[in-house]
Amino acid sequence: MSTTLLNIVLADDDEDDRMLFAEAIEEIAIRTKLSLFNHGQELMDYLILPNVVLPSLIFLDLNMPIKNGMECLKEIRSNPNLKDLCVAIYSTSSSEKDIEETFLNGANIYVNKPNNFSKLREVVEKVLQLNWQYHTSNLNKDTFLFRI
Amino acid sequence: MEIKLFFKYDFDILCKTFIKEHLDALDVSYAINSVNEVVMKDNLQEEKYKTLSEALKKYGIEILTDKKSTLIERIKQAIDDMLNDDKNKHLKLSSYLSDTLNYSYTYLSTIFSENTYTSIENYTILRKVDLAKAFMCNTNLTLTEIAYRLNYSSVAHLSGQFKKTTGLTPSAFQNIMKKKKDYNLQ
Repeated sequence: MSTTLLNIVLADDDEDDRMLFAEAIEEIAIRTKLSLFNHGQELMDYLILPNVVLPSLIFLDLNMPIKNGMECLKEIRSNPNLKDLCVAIYSTSSSEKDIEETFLNGANIYVNKPNNFSKLREVVEKVLQLNWQYHTSNLNKDTFLFRI
Repeated sequence: MEIKLFFKYDFDILCKTFIKEHLDALDVSYAINSVNEVVMKDNLQEEKYKTLSEALKKYGIEILTDKKSTLIERIKQAIDDMLNDDKNKHLKLSSYLSDTLNYSYTYLSTIFSENTYTSIENYTILRKVDLAKAFMCNTNLTLTEIAYRLNYSSVAHLSGQFKKTTGLTPSAFQNIMKKKKDYNLQ
């Protein structure tokens, strides 16, 4: 069980944020394979590749050029092959309106980007643990809704 | 004109009926002990085992062969049984688990933590919050009634644990779920 690699993707236009995220995910106990994308369109192009191995968790920044996180989320939820993927929003915005809108459009987890590294590691670990439990336990996926 | 139908599931009945139909089709003698445990009365022929395992796989059901994952599933099932049983829900989780599964709690909790990235205690909290969410969405029970059913000492205790685990207050969660339903109906 603990030898399985968890496929994770992150779409974020900020290079530093991508780098810190990759470092944080390296440091936690759950073994992962992380793929990074510079913006939403790059991620969507990847997800619809014919032989793609779909990730077990997608982290989406909201504000990105070309295609933003909200547009990606809507596309994912309306695509029959992708609609059941677990999506975590990863954003600096803590506006209640943004948060509610992402939940209404089908986000499972809303994460506020932490402002220090140890907090980031903690948050990423918590999200991965939750995601793991939802994949391996009889928890109700219709109410898979968390704000971290 | 399209019509939307909404369903409510009884997971226990659903699984047992489903397994029963598949086992009956194989013409074997068996007993269903719980949602995730079946005893075969005679040796199961390899051919039949293969047919069963192939048939179940399509529905996302896996026959566990690894001892550790079997034990973990049994722990999770025992937690559910305890939470759903009015007679047992007041018991101490650690003694309930070691009594039902016949292992020391230390052993169970080590196996669980090593293989699921979380402790039995944390999993139980997550499961209780998950059940609370289901009650909020599918029934008209008040928070007080839900707290009682899930053996919280008070509504405040339920609300506190709910907020700490999900990052949302119970009412914020209910609001979102209600809006989500309306949103999807549009």
